[in-house]
Amino acid sequence: MAEQEYDIIIVGSGAGGGMATYQLANAGLKVALVEAGGYYDPAADENRTQLRNPWESPRRGASTRRRPFGDYNACIGGWDLDGEPYTQKGDTEFMWWRGRMLGGRTNHWGRISLRFGPLDFKRKDVDGLGDNWPIGYEDVKPYYDKVDKLIGVFGSNEGLYNDPDGFFLPAPKPRLHELFYIDGARKLNVPVYPARKSMLTKRINDERGVCYYCGQCSRACSIHADFSSSTALIYPALKGGQVDLYTNSMVREVTTDESGKATGVSYINKEDKKEYQLKGRIVILAASACSSARILLNSKSDHHESGLGNSSGHVGRYLHDSTGASRAAFLPELMDRDIYNEDGVGGMHVYTPWWLENSTLDFPRGYHLEIGGGMGMPSYGFGFAANQYNDYLGERVGGYGNGLRDDIRRFYGARLSIACRGESVPQFDNYCELDPEVVDEWGIPVLRFNYQWTDYEIDQAKHMQESMEALLEASGGILLGEKPGANRKYGLAKPGEIIHEVGTTRMGLDPKTSVTNQFGQLHDASNVFVVDAGTFVSQADKNPTWTILALSWRASDYIIEQMKQQNI
Amino acid sequence: MTKPISNSVAINRRDVLKALMLAPLAGSLLASSGCAPSATSRAVSWTSLPTHYSYARTDAEKQRDAELFAETFFREHELLTLAVLCDIILPSNHENGGALAAGLPDFVEFMAKDRVQYKRPLRDGIAWLDSYALEKFGAKFIDVDEQQQLAICDEIAYPDVQDDALQPGIAFFTLMRNMTLTGYYTTELGFRDLGYQGNTPNIWDGVPEAVLARHGKSYDAEWLAKCVDQTRRDITAEWDDEMNLIT
Repeated sequence: MAEQEYDIIIVGSGAGGGMATYQLANAGLKVALVEAGGYYDPAADENRTQLRNPWESPRRGASTRRRPFGDYNACIGGWDLDGEPYTQKGDTEFMWWRGRMLGGRTNHWGRISLRFGPLDFKRKDVDGLGDNWPIGYEDVKPYYDKVDKLIGVFGSNEGLYNDPDGFFLPAPKPRLHELFYIDGARKLNVPVYPARKSMLTKRINDERGVCYYCGQCSRACSIHADFSSSTALIYPALKGGQVDLYTNSMVREVTTDESGKATGVSYINKEDKKEYQLKGRIVILAASACSSARILLNSKSDHHESGLGNSSGHVGRYLHDSTGASRAAFLPELMDRDIYNEDGVGGMHVYTPWWLENSTLDFPRGYHLEIGGGMGMPSYGFGFAANQYNDYLGERVGGYGNGLRDDIRRFYGARLSIACRGESVPQFDNYCELDPEVVDEWGIPVLRFNYQWTDYEIDQAKHMQESMEALLEASGGILLGEKPGANRKYGLAKPGEIIHEVGTTRMGLDPKTSVTNQFGQLHDASNVFVVDAGTFVSQADKNPTWTILALSWRASDYIIEQMKQQNI
Repeated sequence: MTKPISNSVAINRRDVLKALMLAPLAGSLLASSGCAPSATSRAVSWTSLPTHYSYARTDAEKQRDAELFAETFFREHELLTLAVLCDIILPSNHENGGALAAGLPDFVEFMAKDRVQYKRPLRDGIAWLDSYALEKFGAKFIDVDEQQQLAICDEIAYPDVQDDALQPGIAFFTLMRNMTLTGYYTTELGFRDLGYQGNTPNIWDGVPEAVLARHGKSYDAEWLAKCVDQTRRDITAEWDDEMNLIT
């Protein structure tokens, strides 16, 4: 293997790496796909957590350090990985999630698949803050269209300017608590639409199954009816014989020659702990925004003294995550409800996109609303504060005995919640860099984070709380808990907590203020590309995956074209 | 320690008492801490939970769980106290069984080891309960009679009680109620008790009509037009150039 030269080396098998693997292997190129985690197929019973009952886990599905979203969550990874530390500067509280498995974080994401709209690529034109992307919606639209058809996403065409239409599969019908939300939102003239998510509510090909509505996408789908990079992109690519898959392989750096061009990558094989080299004509980084930045910063040479692609000093800069806040309510009208299976697809069936004009508000950038509630499967935590709602009914909270069973049934599913996900304003001073002192278990320097929310995000969170209260009450809900105030930044999630971090290798026209061009190609090395969310100039209030997929496909087409023209 | 164990899946209080009568020397069935069992002591026995699980774990996770199962945290007296409390919170005299049939003491033991932040509150809570029972009735909690146990629970089972001296007991009882209910409703018995219907492949086609009617809700035609026709779910999707689904 060591002697073989690949056409393409792809680092990371999540959304960006999976799409590049699929496109470039299908174009006949010889691809090495290098993944830091192990092989994973949710269709293998040894990997199955889907459809398990809570008692099949000794902790009944409770979260652990290694499974922060619960014992049955499919993602092997987390904010706290064995042997892979990261550090914080000052009072930074950045939370860095890393997936360590084939398909990366696409194994557990919410599958919320929103196109960026025309305004999202030109935010500086709208509010004077941050920067515009070097491309616009019209550049990406053809790729969004193709991604829709290749991967499958349900939704509805609503003709919204900044939430563009797509090639949608039909949406699942709303659940009962979602009907309460719809009525509540309409009372307040807040729009509400079918959610847009990449689960197959209808067949798209003969390889993948059609959703059977267990509501457990976060456990990974054994019939491949939701999108993960492995199921929808990598397995089909592997069938073509053009891809060599290197798992448990932790890339240390991109190797370069005297001219500064990449020659391949060096990686640690986690099984024998030894370091190996791969040779390739083109290196594509898709390790996630911060991991790709880390690899670039660790790729130092005489030609790239401050790290590969970092002549501008911008690698790691403009790191930004989505904003997030949430609130829940008790829905008295759903007390003693009829019990039936309403699992549906994993997560919400309806949502509200950003609906206001920032020019009339005291903060920039918007947020969308994700709706939760209903009759979920009991798992660890179910029954805690079992009859706390008694407080609202003039009855006593607490007690013991068989009456608690009646309370449990009475309040089961009588809950409505909203989570907001919003756009932050990218800041030069929010960044990751190499920690000069700390290394991971393979001796690779780790990242140190420096990140503070600004008043833009805090003021936005304040507005989120007001919106959520109004909507929950209009839906018939009684608000639960205290409204978080200024001392808690209005409930604003910590940076990194929403796991939408982007911006560390942003694209741009000017090599002095950006790391890549509009195709993710490094300004400093023409045969190195980034196809993860590091290239995002701004995050939008949209979950990034659909845009990662579209941009990775676009970059792949560009690579194929440039290779044909022998430019790289 | 000799842990009281029953392999019965749905033991109820009557079975336990019957077992007690038939085997008066089976001391392990009695919640007693060295004293001779009194006629009023509460008998406890519970379904033991598995100590081996097999479900999609990484090697590191398997190793940690094996370590947790190898560890013993609660002393016998503590475990019996937890068992009595669980039994009071969710009694066995119910057709869907109670906390003991659901193996609650084993579950609480595991969770205390898995989430070490529970260790102190549980251990200290038991100590508080015993000292309170001693002060009030002259014996540890499991050695006072059932009426006395319930009298203590009546004092600490309600968080709205303002008595400072009772706050440690109230916090402990609240924790035990949470653990008991979550540990019960995440078993088959709990699923049955709740009437839980999910976690099985199905075709979601909206809220049942009768339920919509009960709550005065309906689907409007415009929204329904955007939703999946489940009779056509298996027909491969195709669109026209205007983004309209045509199959």
